[in-house]
Amino acid sequence: MRQIVIISGKGGTGKTSLSAALATMGERLMVADCDVDAANLHLLLEPTDHSRHPFPTGAKALIDQQRCTQCGACMDLCRFDAIRYQEDHYTISETSCDGCYLCMRICPADAISMIESNGSYWKTGTFRNGWMVHAQLEPGEENSGKLVNVVRKQSLQLSEQMGVETILIDGPPGTGCPAISAMSGANLAVLVTEPSRSGFHDLKRIKQLADGFDIPSVVVINKYDLNEQVTTEIESWCRSERLSLIGKIPFEPAVVEAMLQCQSVVEWAPRSAAADEITAIHRQIFQS
Amino acid sequence: MKIAIASGKGGTGKTFVSTNLFWVASQKGFDCVLADCDAEEPNVAEFLVGEEVQVEEVYQQVPVIDPERCAFCGKCYDYCSYNAILYLPEKKMIQVLPDLCHDCGACSYVCQAGAITEHPKMLGKVKRAAYGIGQQIVEGRAEVGVYTPAPVITRAIREAGDRELVLLDSPPGISCPFIATVDRADYVVLVSEPTPFGLHDLQLSAATVRKLGKPFGVVVNRAGLGDNEIYRWLEQETIPLLLEIPFDRKVARIYAEGGLPAAVDNAYREMFSRLLAQIVQQNIS
Repeated sequence: MRQIVIISGKGGTGKTSLSAALATMGERLMVADCDVDAANLHLLLEPTDHSRHPFPTGAKALIDQQRCTQCGACMDLCRFDAIRYQEDHYTISETSCDGCYLCMRICPADAISMIESNGSYWKTGTFRNGWMVHAQLEPGEENSGKLVNVVRKQSLQLSEQMGVETILIDGPPGTGCPAISAMSGANLAVLVTEPSRSGFHDLKRIKQLADGFDIPSVVVINKYDLNEQVTTEIESWCRSERLSLIGKIPFEPAVVEAMLQCQSVVEWAPRSAAADEITAIHRQIFQS
Repeated sequence: MKIAIASGKGGTGKTFVSTNLFWVASQKGFDCVLADCDAEEPNVAEFLVGEEVQVEEVYQQVPVIDPERCAFCGKCYDYCSYNAILYLPEKKMIQVLPDLCHDCGACSYVCQAGAITEHPKMLGKVKRAAYGIGQQIVEGRAEVGVYTPAPVITRAIREAGDRELVLLDSPPGISCPFIATVDRADYVVLVSEPTPFGLHDLQLSAATVRKLGKPFGVVVNRAGLGDNEIYRWLEQETIPLLLEIPFDRKVARIYAEGGLPAAVDNAYREMFSRLLAQIVQQNIS
């Protein structure tokens, strides 16, 4: 099984647009959308979902005011500053509570219970070129890294069942737990960057993360013509890092137009310069 | 007054808006701090360079279990809600997996054998720099590969303190790093773009901000590049549109080189002055 992760550190460099293009060029492909905070790939691939599963993101503590004896033991032990004493009673700040269960366990009056939150979900389905696993985190919930893990594992399982050989993973921004979960187990990381100070800075950080996991990486510069000077700097950095630069995609309105049509750029504008370059990128990723 | 500049999707222009807004506010003599809370990918320093005043390291406590003292009662394993303790009693093996640990203290609390001690692990740094006439820039920067940047963000916001104007450049997403930032703001500016991706993510971040009970308005960046759905939605939801920033190759170029359009172009200076005035007004009324 080959797992290819499209990742960038910085958001908005074009991970999803590139993923959608690569996804619509192959056949019998498994696609996993691992950006569960801001999942967008389904907007372009429009999968027909076959199953939907709730995902418990953890629990939040709740204090029963009738039972609470106001001893304050919970507040003393909570390391997340989630318990506050306001207007003569103890309350839990839902957004600060980390769901560790410690307060519930130590409350001498048995006044604390934990409420499970399961508004988040993951889905499996099919789209025009294969299968897809995607998810949505409930706004404001935690544990997006765990949900990313579930999406990855399910895509692996489904691939085995269906005899699919390649999994394409659309990764989340950042270098923290969702990015780590999306990358672990990948055979190749495609680092998508853009020619800006911030894009370049974040490329270096994400490269460091890929190296930490011993994942070989290649680079794509998206919208390269928006600033050719920074593009040149990125190119020479790639050479010094012995990183292979497998494509430079020009900035083209066709990419946004395709998005408005719910298509990938290779479907909507197959003769555009962007589609041409992505075809070459596809060849290098899938025939190596 | 704390203002968070945020978005669900990455790359919509959060840092673009916060750095230009900060520049305009500094020019107007506001007592103001810009805190870079995108600790996984901090980028403010690519655009604004201050004079470093102070660097602080942020630590988390990670428990270590001494197998010699451990009674193998399994209580710490039962108490850990994060699967961060590897416990194989038949092999007399017990170990904390530091990457999964959330530093809740439950294992230390429950251990009666005195086998657990806590040791610091560095999560990142918070830098404070002086800028202009009394303004400051604070940056939270997590170490690469650290699971959660939330403690670094919390520290950065604390460092920013209480000023006339505190701008928080927020991390993307709708989960913990985003919440750690936005939850401490008085007002939220959501930055989006007029594309299907932009609108979809704006809907999610608006839902998150509403759940937190924060007042908010929207800046549409790269206007003219997509369609009009986002405006229809804003109107339907009666969400204030604070500013539209047109897509402009010239500006994209200035910014890509680390420049601030507000500092070099009158039209952009006026644009961000208007935004600043709007935000101040929203927060007084």
